[in-house]
Amino acid sequence: MYRYFLVIVILIASAIPSHAQKYTVEKSTVIFFSDAAIEDITAENSETSGLLNVSSSEFAFLIPIKKFRFDKSLMEEHFNEKYLESEKFPNAIFKGILEGFQFDKAHQELNAVGKLTIHGIARDVVIPASIERSGNKLIARSKFVIKLEEYKIKIPQLMWQNIAEEVEVTVEFIYKPL
Amino acid sequence: MKLLLLVLLIPYVAFSQEDLLKELESKESEKSEFVDATFKGSRLVNGQSVETRHAGELELIFSHRFGTINSGIYELFGLDEAYIRLGAEYGITDRLSVGMGRTSVDKTYDGYFRYKLIRQTIGGGMPVTISAYGNAAIKTSPRKEDATFDITMKDRMAYVAQLLIARKFSSAFSLQLMPSFVHQNLVDQTQEVNSTFALGAGGRMKVSRSVSLNAEYYYRFNVPSNSPYNNAIGFGIDIETGGHVFQLVLTNSLGMTERHMITETQGNFFDGDIHMGFNITRAFQLKKPGK
Repeated sequence: MYRYFLVIVILIASAIPSHAQKYTVEKSTVIFFSDAAIEDITAENSETSGLLNVSSSEFAFLIPIKKFRFDKSLMEEHFNEKYLESEKFPNAIFKGILEGFQFDKAHQELNAVGKLTIHGIARDVVIPASIERSGNKLIARSKFVIKLEEYKIKIPQLMWQNIAEEVEVTVEFIYKPL
Repeated sequence: MKLLLLVLLIPYVAFSQEDLLKELESKESEKSEFVDATFKGSRLVNGQSVETRHAGELELIFSHRFGTINSGIYELFGLDEAYIRLGAEYGITDRLSVGMGRTSVDKTYDGYFRYKLIRQTIGGGMPVTISAYGNAAIKTSPRKEDATFDITMKDRMAYVAQLLIARKFSSAFSLQLMPSFVHQNLVDQTQEVNSTFALGAGGRMKVSRSVSLNAEYYYRFNVPSNSPYNNAIGFGIDIETGGHVFQLVLTNSLGMTERHMITETQGNFFDGDIHMGFNITRAFQLKKPGK
């Protein structure tokens, strides 16, 4: 009887902080930069939603393609209509595990391992990231390269070679406890 | 006691199994977005499309119509004769554009606005995009001293009001209906009316990522039986490259404004009175889009 009682107390005690196990993205910046011969193209998205379970190290991101903002609106329209086909594939998705994540550390470098889905194509990826604790918030940062071909994003060959085959993606997410 | 233990375990087990992604998606699906690019250009063929310019974007439009194809080899199938319209359209906001142009046909100047009243959303919600279009055109030919009667400024004017109703059925296929009203201050009342009601219909079919086929037809309701004019028909191919749209056109209409196209189309398409032509647009971003 005493043993059961102890188990129950432990379960209840561990269930209370379990709400704080999940963190949600409060502020986000996803920037992609394409360095091409004629024209550098950059676009910024600040409407990513994301969740992180700090006890299981699982994470998920949803990046709405239509929320990338370009310097030229026509470019934005073409990006959505012709290249990312955002009406068909409205979101980029990244889901996986932060390998070796330790909640207590003030600063850590680790790998985000999981499935990245862009333009409807899912690929297994390993993306290096840094995670910093600041008060009750977590800040995740990363910089990586995406090859357009791997996600079946066509590169225009006609007239102007405007878009590079690789784009550099820089991200910063600020998490707060859910 | 064991049962109690199991019950207590349920939220614990459920928590570790829930899918973070599904949680995100359920929030995301509540938001709706407007469709992009129902049509490539501001012109379907001769007439207007629902598309306004983006805020801060200036579009220059250079349109060209040759003579009729059935004019024979002497006229090089119409190529010897050419009419042009130079135009510009600017996006004040994403929903409101204003434009002006000058056509060599009757040396006509026109000014217009286009306003998106309703925008189609992705995945239900609003099924169509509706734009209001208003145009005023002034024929500056003939000159006062060349006219056979005392022509006034008022006589030269004509006004057009249209509702443009479009639906993007898929990324490849869009349709548009255009209830239209044209008022010309001066007409030959033995064979024309001052106020014409018409309904236009048109659509586009994308054949590749950057190329689409377009068609457009305007039917006039109140036409005098002895009218020398025909309903306007147009077919076009849109080719889009970066900031340009090239539209190659086959039509029985020579005019490049609505007053000419809807009420003064002279050619009979099925007799071979077909004008080749093109519209070329170039977009310039004058002001950075708002973030």
